[in-house]
Amino acid sequence: MSDRKNAHISDASREDRKPLTHVETEDLMPLPAPLEDPANAPVFKPLSPQIVDKYECLLDDTCAVNVPKPKTKAEEEELIRKFLAGLEKLFQKENNWTFLQPLLLTMEHCAKCQTCSEACHIFEASGRNEIYRPTYRSEIMRRLYFKYVKHGGLVSLWQHGDIKLNWPLIARLIELSYRCNLCRRCAQTCPIGADNGLVAHELRKLFSQEMGIAAKEIHDTGSMLQLKVGSSTGMNPEVVKDNVEFIDEDTSEKTGIKVETPWDVEGADVLLIHNAGEFLAWPENPGAFALILNAAGIKWTLSSEVVAYDSINYGLWYDDAQFARVALKHAEAAKKLKVKKIVLGECGHAHKALSVIADRLLLGDLNIPRESSMTLLHDIVMSGRLKLDPSRNDFPVTLHDPCNLVRLMGVVQPQREVLKKICPRFREMEPHGVDNYCCGGGSGFAIMQGNNFPDWRFNVAGRKKLEQILNAFADSLGPETLKYLCAPCSNCKGQLRDLLIYYDLWEKEKLLYGGLVELIVNAMTDAKPGFIEWEWH
Amino acid sequence: MTTILLYGLIYLAVIAFVVGCVIRAVQYARMPVHLRWELYPVPHEEARRVEHGGSYFEEVDWWKKPAHFNLAGEMSFMVPEMLFLKGLWEYNRKLWSRSFPFHFGLYLVIGSVALLLAATLVSLVQPTWMAGSLAAGWLGLCRVVGLVGSILVILGSLGLLGRRLTDENMKNFTTPGDIFNLLFFTVTCTLLLAGYLFGGQQFPGMLAFTRGLLTFSPTVQVPGLLAAGMICGALLAAYIPYTHMSHFIAKYFTYHSVRWDDRVNIRGGELAKKIAEYLTYRPTWSAPHMGADGVKTWADVATANPALGTKK
Repeated sequence: MSDRKNAHISDASREDRKPLTHVETEDLMPLPAPLEDPANAPVFKPLSPQIVDKYECLLDDTCAVNVPKPKTKAEEEELIRKFLAGLEKLFQKENNWTFLQPLLLTMEHCAKCQTCSEACHIFEASGRNEIYRPTYRSEIMRRLYFKYVKHGGLVSLWQHGDIKLNWPLIARLIELSYRCNLCRRCAQTCPIGADNGLVAHELRKLFSQEMGIAAKEIHDTGSMLQLKVGSSTGMNPEVVKDNVEFIDEDTSEKTGIKVETPWDVEGADVLLIHNAGEFLAWPENPGAFALILNAAGIKWTLSSEVVAYDSINYGLWYDDAQFARVALKHAEAAKKLKVKKIVLGECGHAHKALSVIADRLLLGDLNIPRESSMTLLHDIVMSGRLKLDPSRNDFPVTLHDPCNLVRLMGVVQPQREVLKKICPRFREMEPHGVDNYCCGGGSGFAIMQGNNFPDWRFNVAGRKKLEQILNAFADSLGPETLKYLCAPCSNCKGQLRDLLIYYDLWEKEKLLYGGLVELIVNAMTDAKPGFIEWEWH
Repeated sequence: MTTILLYGLIYLAVIAFVVGCVIRAVQYARMPVHLRWELYPVPHEEARRVEHGGSYFEEVDWWKKPAHFNLAGEMSFMVPEMLFLKGLWEYNRKLWSRSFPFHFGLYLVIGSVALLLAATLVSLVQPTWMAGSLAAGWLGLCRVVGLVGSILVILGSLGLLGRRLTDENMKNFTTPGDIFNLLFFTVTCTLLLAGYLFGGQQFPGMLAFTRGLLTFSPTVQVPGLLAAGMICGALLAAYIPYTHMSHFIAKYFTYHSVRWDDRVNIRGGELAKKIAEYLTYRPTWSAPHMGADGVKTWADVATANPALGTKK
């Protein structure tokens, strides 16, 4: 193993102000055809000298959070003091009742057997770089916990290992907490049930909730913008309504079926909440939803309440308070409209946020049933309410399983049963279902575009998914065969769009990505053929 | 006198073990119910969903359907996991080849002690039982189980130790404490095994020893090697609950309270009452957007909107 991949735990405290590791293309996991030649790999751009000069970029080749360098020793000491205060709070029920039990169990019982490392796509794709092990950051955290929270003495140090706490260590931990997709594949394989993915989540919380440090895309222009104007896209209710009107017109024109999206219908059966990114980046998705729900005779509505037309909840990835605030806004909108249930559109993290995690925050009349659009769509398709012609989808299709929807929520079969019914050339990726691999955009990475972070995201975090996609289409490689990668999740689509374009796979392979509803509408015989436009978008 | 001290140490170790386990279990059990954080597959879901890892969320209007608890599914996961470390077999076969003999050996040693104690209790209540063939068979089984168990523990702990010291994946994470713990098991079982096999003619046997232990009768002279093994065993038992090796307790919680905890928060239900209490906690997180000053409750914090600068 080369030194650049072999950082020791104690290296995280190194004061030489140099990155712990450097990712070389030759170290990375090989990719299958047509990307098998590393000489043709896209260039991983280096960080600019200005960024390195200004921010703490001490971990690897990139910088996700842009933490300014402290100007004085006193400033460093204040940051260390804050970190310790936050560390303490993570283990207090008043401050962290939300995750105290799983965190403590993980801190106290990890056997450091490295079974989790073998399950981690980032560790594997990096060519087994030590710092990307799920256990690397959690081992640092564990040593800090025993030393500074449990106040263990010499016996504890001997038992659990020591770590030197200094500002470089904290700066590296900040970055390390943003080198995990929070997909929790590692936790799934842990023989003890420890959850080293949770450690990354809790570290992000510490940095956000105590030190006010978070990736700007998920805090400043993410949850804060959503709470301010209603959506992290920046769209206020008027703008989003305008956009949807345009989408309705466009969908009507494309399909020959009049589409009208209902807004703020009191007493509707379904309040549908989309990831608002769909309205801007993939308007055919909300258009297809509207067409399907109308055709199925469902009494549904969107809400124009601030926040309630955007299902995203970035707090899920880094901050419990921001998470709760957004979840409450979603529930309040549903309560106001007196809907029977909330249905989440094709957005994985929104599914888990509102259906699963927020379940233990919503009390009384805010506890309104939440449901996945996958099950509703399954019900509609299987009930025969739509006339569908699978031959319209006669091209190779594979399914990416969004982690939040599948491993973390158990919605596995509905979407693939729909695909099996309407896509004659459907094939699975391996592994799939609850054993799937993350797209590499999970936990906010898909929207994090700062510095050269996308290079890391595509070369390392998304590499395993890329391998899976290419393998799934191994029998139909080449631009002569149109191929469809179905990803029923906005966040995953964002990552896959960027990943495919990074490796030029639209041009080389005619590999298109999209959601599930587009395939359904594409198969509807009442609609004009060709809803899926084989153009890059 | 030596035997009395040995008996005393064993009783103290048992007390320390039980107290340590109870403290740890109570500590985990009394923690607040956390936000849901389950991982699929959850084996107590309906049998038709367990195979693909599905949940009740796969059903339209799932909240209108009767709740299922598939005990058979949960047991069919738990038994192979507890007895054979099935998860490790699936995900880390190399480690399993060392960890399985170690853990299964421990089960056998514990089983052997349980068989011995049972035989002792029966013999105290019904002394004539000892003359029967059943007793001979029982004690023979006890002996075989104990011997096989000890050998497996020694092999397993040496295997685990070797892996910790030589495997590149583990070296970075191995502390002196990890090495000590494994050596502790190796030495204890080696001493017990050697002491039992080569203890000498004077030793009247384990049944006599446990009878003396239970009746506080210090007439049995324990050979030095075996006594050393028993002392190590007692210290090891007392030590385990205070280390990460108490994962046999933690594992109950990591599975039942975290990975498989898919309980639904029902309006007015027990969970809702607990959550309502947690929302009265007063956090002190100090980042400005939190607005947590130790006076405001979680409910206050969650209903504030830092982007507007005012409370809702």
